[in-house]
Amino acid sequence: MQALRNFVNSFFLIELLRGLALTGRYLFSRKFTIEYPEERAPQSNRFRGLHALRRYPNGEERCIACKLCEAVCPALAITIDAAPRADGSRRTTRYEIDLFKCIYCGFCEESCPVDSIVLTRVHEYFMEKRGENIINKQELLKLGDMYEAQIAADRAMDAPYR
Amino acid sequence: MMAEILELIWIVLKIVAIAVPLILAVAYMTYAERKVIGWIQVRRGPNRVGPLGLLQPFADVFKLVLKELLVPAQANKALFIIAPLMVIAPAFAAWAVVPFNAGVVLADINVGLLYILAMTSLGVYGIVLAGWASNSKYALLGAMRTGAQVVSYEIAMGFALVGVLMAARSLNLTEIVEAQAGPFWNWYWLPLLPLFIVYWISGVAETNRAPFDVAEGESEIVAGFHVEYSGTAFALFFLAEYANMILVSALASIMFLGGWYSPFHGVPVLGPIFDLVPGPLWLFAKMAFFLFCYIWFRGTFPRYRYDQIMRLGWKVLIPVTVVWLIVESLMIIFKIGPWF
Repeated sequence: MQALRNFVNSFFLIELLRGLALTGRYLFSRKFTIEYPEERAPQSNRFRGLHALRRYPNGEERCIACKLCEAVCPALAITIDAAPRADGSRRTTRYEIDLFKCIYCGFCEESCPVDSIVLTRVHEYFMEKRGENIINKQELLKLGDMYEAQIAADRAMDAPYR
Repeated sequence: MMAEILELIWIVLKIVAIAVPLILAVAYMTYAERKVIGWIQVRRGPNRVGPLGLLQPFADVFKLVLKELLVPAQANKALFIIAPLMVIAPAFAAWAVVPFNAGVVLADINVGLLYILAMTSLGVYGIVLAGWASNSKYALLGAMRTGAQVVSYEIAMGFALVGVLMAARSLNLTEIVEAQAGPFWNWYWLPLLPLFIVYWISGVAETNRAPFDVAEGESEIVAGFHVEYSGTAFALFFLAEYANMILVSALASIMFLGGWYSPFHGVPVLGPIFDLVPGPLWLFAKMAFFLFCYIWFRGTFPRYRYDQIMRLGWKVLIPVTVVWLIVESLMIIFKIGPWF
């Protein structure tokens, strides 16, 4: 009986017509495509993109060269050298992140006691030359200055959950 | 002498009038295919080149034409170059006998159906040659598969056409259409429904389209017979495949869906209203339906396994046609229905 039913289903193309009906329905369904440069997918405030070093509102850099981020970094992407500054405070003389090594896990941000190193929402960046994948302290601070408003807003939104 | 030259120019003009719209139709068939498959897969399809992506086919053509034509070192050069021409020539030549309206046909020959069968069968030689001349294992496998598949399905297709020929009592395509004059229940799809379906399935198989595209079989044999082809030679294969698809659609409309007749031709009130639309447009509408089905099938069905294709062709389609030919002859003898 089952064999007969199978035969009827395939001989009279019933199975195939059922398949066609399915694709026919999808033909008219709403399309998922996001036309990227013009439209963008919504982004979380916890998005982990390009790194930045933040400053306090008075312009002083936050980083105190505790090297927790360097220690926690699972990809060994962060390199830090530290020395006392002229005013006697402990500061980094070198703070470099290798973007090729970085896996954007966000541990550095989590480990930072002064909210200095952060991951911004920036994800559309590129390197033109070899070596540009390693960004130094000046560049990181510049990124921090550039996106401070966004960074601060994202941190404020996430504050209740931390 | 002058008269002959004028006649020649006139014929060339008529050929151009068929070939150029055909090439444009092929271009936009590729566009429609990408669009419809995109929609089926819940995407949007090409929409970057020109408004709604309408210039996409031209971008593709320019890309293909500007590409280098590679000839493999171990290939048989002469055959390698000739093969795409052997595929494209019959695909275009078959259009000579396709009637677009009453009397609007390039060559109104009495053996039109036979000529069509001959031309569509010739195309496979080009494919087999292309596969062999490439001197590549994938191309050879693809060519062998095509050869076997096309030969098997040609039989079912031929049998299906015998049914049409019995019903119309003519091999002339214009006369076949005129024998179906009348509203849509007068067309041959109704009395010859099984043959219509068999013809359509074998037509899809003949043109090596999904789900019968084992000749190309990307997942097993890279691209089948045209792995080694690039640039314009590849474009010719593409052009021939799509021209054949359009041809099979045109033939299905002519032989089973009443060609240029409107669906209510001859009906008291609706007939004159529907006849306001010129005949060729009805033919094109019917062809568009079949072409859409081609794309729809490609978007729906997975590729048949090779032995399943053979089984379907020999053990299902051919017996069905034979049985229905007997039924049809009985219907003709006992004058059943309004068709015979």
